Amino acid sequence: MSGKILTLAIMDGPYESTCSTTAFRIIDAALRKGHSVKVFAYEGAVSLTMKAQKEHPNPAHGTSAEDEHHVLTKRWVEGLYELAKKHHVDLDWVNCGLCVDERGAGDWVVGPTRGGPADFLTMVENSTNTLVIPSKRNS
Amino acid sequence: MAKILSIVETAYRATLEEQDDTIVWLNTMFKKLNADISLLFRSNAVNYVIQGQNASGLSIGGMVQQNPPQIGRDIADLLAMGVPIYVVEADLRERGIKREEMMPGVQTMGVEEFYHRLADFDHIWHW
Repeated sequence: MSGKILTLAIMDGPYESTCSTTAFRIIDAALRKGHSVKVFAYEGAVSLTMKAQKEHPNPAHGTSAEDEHHVLTKRWVEGLYELAKKHHVDLDWVNCGLCVDERGAGDWVVGPTRGGPADFLTMVENSTNTLVIPSKRNS
Repeated sequence: MAKILSIVETAYRATLEEQDDTIVWLNTMFKKLNADISLLFRSNAVNYVIQGQNASGLSIGGMVQQNPPQIGRDIADLLAMGVPIYVVEADLRERGIKREEMMPGVQTMGVEEFYHRLADFDHIWHW
């Protein structure tokens, strides 16, 4: 397969903005089309892979955790690694180490690795193109 | 070497907790890793080039922020490292920021020029 390589820098944590979902959809679509993806998770985005995420019941609807089948971003990341394997392409997910330390987010699912700005530059150098999906806040 | 333009739009996000502007910090690291970086501040981030900023004095629950961000110092460091720093003229004007308030070495750019200059870069990252 002669796929391309896409690098994404992402910054938002789980559920805080639509940016994370957009990033996940881009990664999913790229992998399905046979392209490899490199992800640099910066700041809050390092929480996307945290192992401690868990489902909860929804008292407003009277539903159990099982009923809710809550979306956990760690499961999406695990799923994307499976998807990459299925399509014989690579997914490299690097969590910014300093961001991880500040947030106590160091216990994550299998797949991602710890890195820093130098890893992002290497990703960029070895990619067809790079997309930054930053946090956008009113300032 | 690829030429990179980092456009910073969001100002003061996380600066007190992180003790840096996280994107200015990241680009400083890129420069230290020999990347060919230029920075463009737009929208509220044009405030970053004003001289005499002081973010000290925060205290929450008796915990004093002892190492507040020094955005002015960080911009001066980037300029000293040879990083071209631009600000969008219209955004300065809209906020009543005068040229004499800006740090020396920062370049202003009109919107039309800005569009033309984009073609000079291999990567444009809009943070």
